[in-house]
Amino acid sequence: MAGANRGITDLTAGKIAIKARGITKVFHGAGNAAFKALDRVSVSIRENEFFTLLGPSGCGKTTLLRLIAGFEYPDEGEILLDGKDIALLTPHQRPVNTVFQSYALFPHMTVGENIGFGLEMLGKPRREIAARVDEMLRLVRMEALKDRRTSQISGGQQQRVALARALAPQPKVLLLDEPLSALDYKLRKEMQVELKRLQHETGITFIFVTHDQEEALTMSDRIAVMSGGSILQVGTPREIYDSPDKRFVADFIGEANFLPATVLSASGDAAKVALGAGAEIVAGLPHGERPDGKVTVMVRPEHAEIASGTSGATLAGTLESAVYLGTDTHLNVRLGDGSSFVVRRQNDRCTEAGFVPGMPIGVLIRDGAAQVLKY
Amino acid sequence: MARRYSVQRQRGFTLIALFCFVLLYLPMVTLVAYAFNAGISTSNWEGVSLRWFHAAAANERIIDATLRSLTIAPIAGLIATVAATMAALATTRTAPYPGLTFKYAFINQPLMVPEIVTAVALLVVFSQVKVWTGYSGLGYLIAAHTAFCIPFAYLPIKARLETMDLTLERAAADLYARPWMVFRRVTLPLLWPGILAGFMLAFVVSLDDVVITEFVKSAGQETLPTYMLGQLRRQATPEMNAISTVFLGLSIAVVTLFFFLSRRKD
Ligand SMILES: Nc1ncnc2c1ncn2[C@@H]1O[C@H](COP(=O)(O)OP(=O)(O)OP(=O)(O)O)[C@@H](O)[C@H]1O
Ligand SMILES: [Mg+2]
Repeated sequence: MAGANRGITDLTAGKIAIKARGITKVFHGAGNAAFKALDRVSVSIRENEFFTLLGPSGCGKTTLLRLIAGFEYPDEGEILLDGKDIALLTPHQRPVNTVFQSYALFPHMTVGENIGFGLEMLGKPRREIAARVDEMLRLVRMEALKDRRTSQISGGQQQRVALARALAPQPKVLLLDEPLSALDYKLRKEMQVELKRLQHETGITFIFVTHDQEEALTMSDRIAVMSGGSILQVGTPREIYDSPDKRFVADFIGEANFLPATVLSASGDAAKVALGAGAEIVAGLPHGERPDGKVTVMVRPEHAEIASGTSGATLAGTLESAVYLGTDTHLNVRLGDGSSFVVRRQNDRCTEAGFVPGMPIGVLIRDGAAQVLKY
Repeated sequence: MARRYSVQRQRGFTLIALFCFVLLYLPMVTLVAYAFNAGISTSNWEGVSLRWFHAAAANERIIDATLRSLTIAPIAGLIATVAATMAALATTRTAPYPGLTFKYAFINQPLMVPEIVTAVALLVVFSQVKVWTGYSGLGYLIAAHTAFCIPFAYLPIKARLETMDLTLERAAADLYARPWMVFRRVTLPLLWPGILAGFMLAFVVSLDDVVITEFVKSAGQETLPTYMLGQLRRQATPEMNAISTVFLGLSIAVVTLFFFLSRRKD
């Protein structure tokens, strides 16, 4: 899908557009209680990248975005844009534009005037502004609504105007704070495609905030998973999904089974581990890590299989329930140690699965299907 | 269902409503009616005529007082509105801090301190200043009116600011507008109905003031209300009714004008 035209090469090369180094932001709430919204956050975002900040509510996504936009100033650290520290510049001094969650369109201006506002403030000649506004209207397919008031257009159209307004001055970086959250499901799917297209056509770096993991996986070149004011892991959607290096990341994105294990030997980016029940498997190692001793390994439900007999199985247990979900079936297995393990099995029309709750069942984890976690 | 519990069905509602209407409007109706009385009495009806309007229009002291009122009110209203706008911006565009409530009270002081106290205080201070400077022009009245007009201008402006989306100003700054341009292109246009309402209120309050004006004015500096008060002490003729009727018409015109201006801006 979205990953098909993603060039692997420009993900590892590519110039850095924004580099945050050791950013700390403390809010002083009522009664002088200090709250660390960001704790020594460092991240590099490449030019022409669709970069997503993903994390649960309150983890600091908006705060990081506001620091880059200039609506807040960091207590520590620097934010480099093309190598220059912009952390202390005011918003109007930064070649960075924002698409606000509430759109924040100027109600006393027409659609066209809204889109031209940034250029006007930059002192561009009238002719150039007019041409650029028309170009932007074409880009977001809103040509017909140029002279409408912003209160006279739909939510989806307002969204497009907000995008056009932020893109018109051709910023180095575009910040988008949950821009799609106010739209209904169908419109949101449409705008996801639209956003990808706009990013592709303009070549501008997008920093996108969402707490919708599916949205993050389908749209991003790279994702930063955040929690409690820190960035836990940065990687391509595939890296984040297949090789999460922390339990929180694995849990936040998709479903995951966690098993206690002991590392027996490690080589390269894989390790031989012994699972609690005794079986030995080969699991992926987190990038650049060499854990030993007791660890936790993670297995995605669809990466595990049901063994044909109990003899060749990695884990043995009893089937607790089988939930039919159309495309696949969720098999909840109670393992010998009492923990539960989920296997997801794709359905087909020909074979009747014949799963009966209470039957003994074996789970097969092939080499490479599991991932060792840092913590 | 809703109708059953409607306040209109409460016992005595009609009676109370009627009473309030009579209290509010009967005096005005009487006042306006007697402005057209042909006789000299404000209580005996002697036929319709415009004689008191003509008399008022020909009375130089009335014209003088009216012009003075119409000089003080717009100037004081304007200065008060500018000050109130700045005060409203300063007290809403900030995170709440200890002492902010005190500042509200400080700005709204004229609403809380009895007018007579302010009047006496101003009289004492201004008479000193008059001695020192030798100046006895309209400046004192304008200054005094400006001061007590500020809260009237401040309240609608602040109310408007509080409902205004701060993100709009942030968006303007994000789109390369310098602080002054943010104010001129976004804050001011959106605040305009509030500012207009504030100015109108200040204007009307200044036009209407008696107590402070009476104490502060130098000899011969009658405004329309103080002139009328002075006249009533001597003899009440329908001339007063005529002036009041014009006054009433003027206020209705001003309020209507404001209503349409603010609606257009919204
Ligand atoms: N101005 C502020 N004053 C005090 N605390 C703040 C302020 N802004 C944010 N915070 C706190 O900082 C933390 C991070 O907030 P932030 O808005 O960045 O979260 P978020 O990741 O964007 O969450 P969401 O997904 O809900 O938008 C929150 O706990 C929030 O309460
Ligand atoms: Mg947020």
